[in-house]
Amino acid sequence: MMLPIAKPGTSKENKTGSWRSFRPETDKSKCIKCGMCELFCPEPCITGVEQSKKPEEKTFPKTDYDYCKGCGVCANVCPVKCIKMVPEEK
Amino acid sequence: MVKKTVEGSFAVAEAVKNCEPDVAACYPITPSTHVAEELASFYANGEIKEYIATESELSSMSACIGASAAGSRTVTVTSSQGMALMHEAVFNAAGNRLPIVMIVGNRSLSAPLNIWNDWQDSITERDSGWIQIYCENGQEATDAVPQAYKIAEAVSLPVMVCFDGFYITHAVEPIDVPTLEEVRKFLPLFKPAVKLDPKNPISMGEYAFPSHYQLFREDLHKDMLAAVGKVKEIHDDYAKMFGRSCGNGLLEEYRSQDADIVLVSIGSVCGNAKEAIDQLREKGEKVGLVKLRLVRPFPYAAVAKALAGKKVIGVFEKAYSLGAVPPVYGEVLAAVADAKAKPVISSFTGGLGGKDVTVGNMLELFGKLKQGKKLVEWV
Ligand code: SF4
Ligand code: SF4
Repeated sequence: MMLPIAKPGTSKENKTGSWRSFRPETDKSKCIKCGMCELFCPEPCITGVEQSKKPEEKTFPKTDYDYCKGCGVCANVCPVKCIKMVPEEK
Repeated sequence: MVKKTVEGSFAVAEAVKNCEPDVAACYPITPSTHVAEELASFYANGEIKEYIATESELSSMSACIGASAAGSRTVTVTSSQGMALMHEAVFNAAGNRLPIVMIVGNRSLSAPLNIWNDWQDSITERDSGWIQIYCENGQEATDAVPQAYKIAEAVSLPVMVCFDGFYITHAVEPIDVPTLEEVRKFLPLFKPAVKLDPKNPISMGEYAFPSHYQLFREDLHKDMLAAVGKVKEIHDDYAKMFGRSCGNGLLEEYRSQDADIVLVSIGSVCGNAKEAIDQLREKGEKVGLVKLRLVRPFPYAAVAKALAGKKVIGVFEKAYSLGAVPPVYGEVLAAVADAKAKPVISSFTGGLGGKDVTVGNMLELFGKLKQGKKLVEWV
């Protein structure tokens, strides 16, 4: 008998990256480390910028493709349009 | 073993009470209202632990799902539009493998609005993963209740006990209702394999990705097919203990073994079919009846065996699949598809929305079948 049950904390095992048909790619040469993408990502799978940090401590945003579902929200909110949605090809 | 002269609904409700459900959740609807009403008075008298007077049938089924998931033995009662309103939760109950028992007083579906009997309400839910048992009279419906709980809890699938609205729900008959002590000997305590428990938290009704969803459905389908054996086994145990049976637990063969012409049907209308058969037998006509008790899972092998070698078969059903062959007829066709000698199989849809089906109507059906031509018609 298969039961549709789950133990607590198992959502990290559901790797939503398999849903993606477009992959966000960030052009670091244009990125201003504003952290908007990190703030808006619904997964949330963008880390590194951390708006609370001082400008000199900020790093470039890093996308975790295991969970990025390719929704494109980050590309849409980026003020300098440095995130491109590239088709996933298998 | 004491026979009481009692209304079908009240006998069924008493059988439910004697199965000691932890939670009853009901919204009354004609013609099964008396069952819900009686369960409510048992609760008022302290004989049922919990009765939730819900605000709709969708809530009744949802309450049963929650209570069953928490490890309670549950019951709900409905008919017609009430069952239609439950629809999405009906599928959920089965998908979550919850052994809920639902008492169904069979009634037509709107429109036009009609409160009378046919089987369209539960037949429409035939693909939901619920076991469906149909009963000919108050005694069969009463006996089906403890069996329903035992089956449900043995195979982790919900069970509907279906009996014809008014014809059985409201008919006063002499019925032997199994007592609390008797039921306790037959029905073990409910011990769920998994349940909601704050000490060991789990989520039920989980999401399944495309990679897994179908596996769950296939597993459910296989377990449904396999449940045929359990239904029969539990029926046989009950028959041994209480001395009452319904055919072989899957279907009943009435004077059909040596018959050339056999009618297949379900429920209370089988009483009139049996009377017509007795009359025709007196004239030397070899006619008989196969009364289906289990409709989901459909007992294909048992039906094929009961109909083996028959020349003419007619299926009479108070149900339809608009724009397609009627549902029970379709199942019978599938059951005999591999038979060596091809019988002539006719379909009769009738008795819808309480349209009277008399002994005379049954005699007419046998008259039509005798001509040996295939007919698919509404009568
Ligand atoms: S595409 Fe969507 S999910 Fe992926 S990183 Fe951007 S905002 Fe997050
Ligand atoms: S929104 Fe654009 S500019 Fe701002 S951190 Fe993200 S990628 Fe860089």
